[in-house]
Amino acid sequence: MNHKHLLDTENRWVTTKGKAFLSDRVVMHGKNLHTELGDYEWLHLYLFSILGRDPGKNVAKMLSHYWVASSYPDAAIWPNHVTALAGTVRSTASLALMAGLSVSEASIYGRRPEVRALDFFYRAGQWCDGGGALTEFVEKEKSAGRILYGYGRPMANSDERIPHTLDKAKELGLDKGRHLKIAFEVYEHLKEKYDYSINVAAVHAGLAADMGFTCQEYQLLLTPGFVAGMAPCYQDARDRPEGSFFPVRCSSVVYDGPAKRDWNTPR
Amino acid sequence: MASDYLYYSNIWQEEPEESNPFAAKACYCSGYDVYGQVVPQASWFEYLLLMLKGERPSEAETKLIEKLAMVLANPGPREASVRAAMNAGIVGTNHSSALMAALAVGSGQYGGAQEVSICMRLWQECGHNLELWKIRLFRPEEDERADIWLPMEHAPGFDPNGDDTPTPILQALDYLTSLAPSNGALVWLKQQRSALEEEVGYPLAISGVAAAALVDLGLNQDQGNMLYLMLRLPGAAIHSLEQKKRGWKQFPFYGSAIELADDTSPVQSPIQDNTAK
Repeated sequence: MNHKHLLDTENRWVTTKGKAFLSDRVVMHGKNLHTELGDYEWLHLYLFSILGRDPGKNVAKMLSHYWVASSYPDAAIWPNHVTALAGTVRSTASLALMAGLSVSEASIYGRRPEVRALDFFYRAGQWCDGGGALTEFVEKEKSAGRILYGYGRPMANSDERIPHTLDKAKELGLDKGRHLKIAFEVYEHLKEKYDYSINVAAVHAGLAADMGFTCQEYQLLLTPGFVAGMAPCYQDARDRPEGSFFPVRCSSVVYDGPAKRDWNTPR
Repeated sequence: MASDYLYYSNIWQEEPEESNPFAAKACYCSGYDVYGQVVPQASWFEYLLLMLKGERPSEAETKLIEKLAMVLANPGPREASVRAAMNAGIVGTNHSSALMAALAVGSGQYGGAQEVSICMRLWQECGHNLELWKIRLFRPEEDERADIWLPMEHAPGFDPNGDDTPTPILQALDYLTSLAPSNGALVWLKQQRSALEEEVGYPLAISGVAAAALVDLGLNQDQGNMLYLMLRLPGAAIHSLEQKKRGWKQFPFYGSAIELADDTSPVQSPIQDNTAK
């Protein structure tokens, strides 16, 4: 490899994704944004922009439900807490929400568990296609020390979103897929053997696998997912006295490091 | 009344003013009085390493981190994270938006902090074992699972778009190696650079030099990632400020360079897209 291929794109970028012909028209994946896509619901358009195809209204409605069902206006939840801190110090709206969104790409909730759970169900399906037993696959993953994303939940024993999500999937005719079934079969095994709960990441990922999203598409689709819960948390702290969002007194930082020492003591 | 909510730290301790439990009278970093002793007596880089490692660094470590910081301070306006900050600068956004843009773009796996993290993990795995490096540079992933980070597309620490090793990389490697421990990562990297470059087919990158220096400073991959992000921000900041002053009319707008491959309806308007929205 060398630099030669860089010459091809130094002054020219050929794409099928789209382009803004300013003062004329805007094209997204071959369609005119204003005349052909102008009636789309925004989330439906977001799906189209990522997938390059229209997955249909039911898929858009299902994804919309993911977002609605995870829009928690509760400033205790970590990314929302960040937006509230931005509010209490009078930072701007965009900075607050972008900081909160970037913190949503986390390991104990949000993007990593979602991506890993989707990947897990695809690999589980392949394992079963090869003639293996699902429980064997789960145990193999577990014995490798891997976290089984979508099972167990920090701070809570159950997930209030699951019945609503399943109702919505049923309403939209998306509840009979193979991977959603796998998600619950894995839960039954883990519940029986290890007393694990199931959280909505497993249900969402099972459905997402049945809808055929790749892991990268899924990560992009869900990226703005918590934003509707963040905005009110920002406003709430912004509208109250400066610095008053859960202030921390000196003694609330519990120190367990080295004892006091003199900088001038010879090392 | 005390708070129900506590934070725990082995780095930072504060004693309150008698009049206000929310105001500190004294702050201690790993036991040292920050405003009484550290600020007057320590250098910025001594303090930085104290914060990262919890112990006062040696003179050699302080010199190495200071010079590494200078190597990384300005990647220059061609580099992606600095370009991101400049884009923020010319549109007149918040300064923090410029730095957030630089951090996001500078976090990547091609020349960014994630690449440095991966290199540092490989240092833990491969050490001074050349044969193991030759294997792991082509397969640096921890396992086969998908993640929020994509699989690496090149050997971490090397530049797939390079031909020969650029002079500043060699100068940085040579100088930092002269400050580094004799049995450390930088010395080994300098000794093995040609063999490694021959194996991967392209030259060493600054991310590879930085990773070795961060290993020699005794930092782990998380600390190294954070430090690499921070140390490259000065360049992003100053170029963002510079472009803000110059304005968008002097800044490239790639409108006419972006071509639609399958456009079925050619441009009808006589107005060209050479102005920003």
